[in-house]
Amino acid sequence: MDDENRLLLSGDEAIALASWHAGVALGAGYPGTPSTEILEHFARLGGRAQWSPNEKVALEVAIGAAFGGARALAAMKHVGLNVASDPLFTAAYTGVAGALVIVSADDPGMHSSQNEQDNRRYAVAAAVPMLEPSDSQEAYDFMLAAIEISERWKVPVLLRATTRVCHSYSVVRPGSRREAPGAANFVRDLKGRVMVPGNARPAHRRLRQKLAEMAEWNEDCALNRIVPGSKSLGIIASGISFMHAREAAPEASVLKLGFTHPLPMRKIADFVAGVQSCVVIEEGDPYLAEAIRAAGIAVQAKAEMYRFGELDVARVRRILRGDTSPEAAPPPGKPPQLCDACPYRVVFESLRRQNCIVAGDIGCYTLGALRPFEAMDSCVCMGASLGVGLGLRHVLPPEQARRVVSVIGDSTFVHSGISGLVEMAYNPPPGGHVVIILDNSTTAMTGHQEHPGTGRNLRHEPAGKLVIEDLARSCGIRRVQVIEPRSGSDAFDHALAEALKSGQLAVLIARKPCVLIARQLKEYEQRDAEQPCPCHENGEPCAAAV
Amino acid sequence: MKTENPARPPCNIVVAGLGGQGVLAATDIIAEVALRAGYDVKKSEIKGMSQRGGSVSCDIRFGGQILSPMVPAGEADFLLALEATQLEPNRHLLRPGGVTIEPSVIDAGKLPQKKMLNVALLGALSAHLALAEEEWLQAVAAAFAPKFREENREAFLLGRAPRNQAIEKGAKTP
Repeated sequence: MDDENRLLLSGDEAIALASWHAGVALGAGYPGTPSTEILEHFARLGGRAQWSPNEKVALEVAIGAAFGGARALAAMKHVGLNVASDPLFTAAYTGVAGALVIVSADDPGMHSSQNEQDNRRYAVAAAVPMLEPSDSQEAYDFMLAAIEISERWKVPVLLRATTRVCHSYSVVRPGSRREAPGAANFVRDLKGRVMVPGNARPAHRRLRQKLAEMAEWNEDCALNRIVPGSKSLGIIASGISFMHAREAAPEASVLKLGFTHPLPMRKIADFVAGVQSCVVIEEGDPYLAEAIRAAGIAVQAKAEMYRFGELDVARVRRILRGDTSPEAAPPPGKPPQLCDACPYRVVFESLRRQNCIVAGDIGCYTLGALRPFEAMDSCVCMGASLGVGLGLRHVLPPEQARRVVSVIGDSTFVHSGISGLVEMAYNPPPGGHVVIILDNSTTAMTGHQEHPGTGRNLRHEPAGKLVIEDLARSCGIRRVQVIEPRSGSDAFDHALAEALKSGQLAVLIARKPCVLIARQLKEYEQRDAEQPCPCHENGEPCAAAV
Repeated sequence: MKTENPARPPCNIVVAGLGGQGVLAATDIIAEVALRAGYDVKKSEIKGMSQRGGSVSCDIRFGGQILSPMVPAGEADFLLALEATQLEPNRHLLRPGGVTIEPSVIDAGKLPQKKMLNVALLGALSAHLALAEEEWLQAVAAAFAPKFREENREAFLLGRAPRNQAIEKGAKTP
């Protein structure tokens, strides 16, 4: 066996390597655990990767690349696909000229997420094919297969992984880099790409026809396989659940599904007919069990209690035993907290002291909800702090309304806070509103990725910079202040008190770099000072440089 | 690959600590050594909150054929804790007779640098495993920038030395 070519890769790295080997022309996304490393690794390999402001834009960019005949990748976490779902549903209708693979990295058990939605439902809802790898080798192989399927049927393909696939390392024997297919080229297809009703109606029928063909093809597809075993117990599983199930019941026959939408129902029926009893082992929603039962095939599904959280070997053993007794809670570990020197501590101390009602958002600073601050009252989704804060301001009695503050990080603000700011200027609450933008010059929570507000791209090279205070002023907000939150200084506390008292619309930007990257930032600044910004024209410095 | 009975149970190790202590770096080294020795290897880590000082743990398994990347509760052969407080929350993962390796086994005063505790504890772990010392030292060297290599080697050997005799007494093979 070729031992030289054994790599220990995470699922994310394997997806990136396959993308590189397949000549993917462009990968776009927004950082989110557990998907972030896909684009970072793709860039490290030499691929063209970019962070977009949010997942919707990322997917749209990837759709454009695939319309142009290229192979494109959009990578995001499960909740990111909610943001990108609008283009997803219609890109299924338009199809693509090249290849488009959308990686959804789900987080069962919510290690680092606000919900544990099961994005296999999106494949059904948007009517796109879906592949589910079980380890890094399959992450590599299935990414290549997803590109082939996308090109063959001219459809976007969903590659759905989970935390334990993305962030587990296992051995991969990769192939080698192949020449990318022909150069990108625009071929006009007005009826196929312009989704006005008259074009969209036949497009929907075409999509359903493609799905029917793919379902037929899937019956003999090598992405699904049978592990032969005892006839008394059959297991149907996909993704990481397959690994847990094989370990929990090594004697069982297993139908391992890799291509999980549209499902190979004849293959499933044959497998079920060949065993005495058949159990579906799957994490999250009973997606497979429901679909298989709806096709009139009798299988056992897990008990409802196993919808919650991740599966593991022990839980699969319980499912197979039919054990629904309460499970022991694992002993609590130490919860994370804001770093000792985090500049945001000053902000949360202030919010607490001034008894604010805080509409919070997604990022490190969500830790402001924990002790010792407990200075956050809601956290829903990326960007929700603005809308939720405004809604509270609109309906609460004045003595409460005047204490409402929206708190959002810099990367999250660029992701989906901007439209909330426009809403604030357009539909201002009678008593005004205060938005605090916590600007630490990075996307800290996911491991310090760049975003448009940092003025550097995914590779940390200089890029166009979004100036948040200028943007706020251009939305029509007059009270815009930039404050450096420093411990021992009451400047921020004072500014917050004044803004709350003013009854105006106010944006306070608490700006100080994340302590974990302070040294790195200095290096970037030093480097960039030595070479001109790429957007310099005729020697004139760009707005970001002055 | 080693031609071993794939049904033989794998070697299961859990490394636990707090964010920033080097849990992931330690498991990278174990994985590298096991990979070089020709084993099937899987490693499962949870990050995201890891830099915010919270509990971090990482599972690593190697042997003939590894299925689940997670060490099942009650089946860990070794629990390596980089912080004494992280022993109890993870003790349920150990099998009966499983071995704990905790900071107190290292003479902290002799560490070249305080933050090299993770590498010293790897040295202590290595004495229980039938993996070649040279492979460990190479993996440790490869894991750090050249200027820290010598000190990390020292830290590794500091943890490994007092327990060298354990190897003769039958170290764990998967």
